[in-house]
Amino acid sequence: MTPILSLRNVSKTFGSGDTVVHAVRNVSFDVVPGECLAVVGESGSGKTTLANIILGVYGQSGGEIWFDGKLLPARRTLEHRSAIQLVQQNPLSSLNPKRSVGASVRLGLDVYGIGNKSDRWSLVEQALQEVGLPPEFRRRPPAALSGGERQRVAIARALACQSRLVVLDEPTSSLDVLVQARVLRLLNGLRRDRGLSYIFITHDLSVVRNVADRVAVFKDGRLVECAPTQAIFEAPQQSYTRQLIAAVPVVSEEELHLRRKLAEGTTR
Amino acid sequence: MSRVLDIRDLYLRFRGYTGVTDVLHGISLHIDAGERVALVGESGSGKSVTARIVLGILQELRTARIEGSLEFEGQDLNKLTRRQWHALRGTAMSMIFQDPTSSLNPVFTIDTQFAEVLRRRDPDLSNADATSRAAELLESVSIHDHARVLKSYPFQLSGGMNQRVMISMALANRPSLLIADEPGTALDVTVQAQTLKLMHDLVEESRTAVFFISHNLGVVREFADRVYVIYRGRIVEQGPTAAIFENPGHAYTRALMAAVPRITGGGIPEINDVNPAFLDPLVRHDGDAI
Repeated sequence: MTPILSLRNVSKTFGSGDTVVHAVRNVSFDVVPGECLAVVGESGSGKTTLANIILGVYGQSGGEIWFDGKLLPARRTLEHRSAIQLVQQNPLSSLNPKRSVGASVRLGLDVYGIGNKSDRWSLVEQALQEVGLPPEFRRRPPAALSGGERQRVAIARALACQSRLVVLDEPTSSLDVLVQARVLRLLNGLRRDRGLSYIFITHDLSVVRNVADRVAVFKDGRLVECAPTQAIFEAPQQSYTRQLIAAVPVVSEEELHLRRKLAEGTTR
Repeated sequence: MSRVLDIRDLYLRFRGYTGVTDVLHGISLHIDAGERVALVGESGSGKSVTARIVLGILQELRTARIEGSLEFEGQDLNKLTRRQWHALRGTAMSMIFQDPTSSLNPVFTIDTQFAEVLRRRDPDLSNADATSRAAELLESVSIHDHARVLKSYPFQLSGGMNQRVMISMALANRPSLLIADEPGTALDVTVQAQTLKLMHDLVEESRTAVFFISHNLGVVREFADRVYVIYRGRIVEQGPTAAIFENPGHAYTRALMAAVPRITGGGIPEINDVNPAFLDPLVRHDGDAI
């Protein structure tokens, strides 16, 4: 299967001379269609820079990015931009407070020229229904919605643009656990039904364990380990990965047991 | 064992343009000397306002209507004047906030802010003494290059470093009660784990009681001796940490526990986030003397 996205030796530096910052260093990985790849690491490890490069917010300093078998140009076409979408961490700041949520979802359709002008409101309503919100919500301002509902609007906005790859940047870290469970189930369902691929950026490893197919661990802009989820959690190869997992606060005896085993460095 | 904090039947209402909003519906909780007690709940359940009432900050808000008895080390807090209450904050009770970088003042160096804290208890403290005392305190939170840290501004330090500075400031005047409002949430997991461990050791050593507010059940399990679970302004379950985690009795607590993703896998469970059973009466576990 051709990967939907491949990065080849991608790097990104900011500044120059003495103050140069290497945010991403020589990173290569593939995402296959329908896959959820988790990108984990501490703050400052380059997760968000990587997301911005994939989205085309800014170009990479070195390396190549391939999307669907074609090399992505520095200047992205509308088609590329609509196919790769973003869901941000805090829906309260990612949705315009002065627009109704319907208008926020519609903006993408207008910009990318999806559907006829007359059909677009019904496309917006469809997208809202798909994330489990009643269509009449499109008239409401974001302030009239709860945190979980707002995040679902942000997801609807990414879906309405006929995206194929969605970059989820900490999509549930501002939500309560019960709401988080609901949004994660929704994301899983959408991925299955629409054949989407996700790049799931987070520092919450217990979420990663339950939603991702593969995990890429970042440290100081480098990809230190990339493996299927089960392998990462049961037999991490790098001591850094072990440290990360061992620091997760847990609620059950079973998990404590796993953590203790990792801390000792003796996995099955 | 002496009681540090005793809250009985606390009600809170906010008066707004659209009418009155009930926030707390008669909550009661207590903390003994040297005890670590957690208040767990979702956002909007009334955790942070409870902390603010104990500190006397919310009382200064005109729109807040507060009823109920509040006792701190045997004295009735409701009878205090604003000035007396002000004198308690930063000395006998102190607080650590969620985001350390924004709770430290960005225009003063750590040194200056430390001196201000220390002078709350000892107004005649000289600058030199304040600096050396601050250095000692920073040493206790494993910050070894204190000379550099003291001369820095908060934005020049990392989040984890700032949080450790906050912890050492909060414990500087040996308070009998420390209120920690989501102290690790803004930090990375590894830094959060270190910070909690550090805070755990320090309060153990100084026998400071901690009122720990969090929405993260994993963190609570590791840190607290006793837990109160709050839902929509009502305490729904209370008891020793081990009892609550092994045998959650209330429908809401059970839903919370089940919704936490496990690092051992098992998928995302199918749970409703609204359920009339969440409003069931209080479940109290043994070992929770009243």
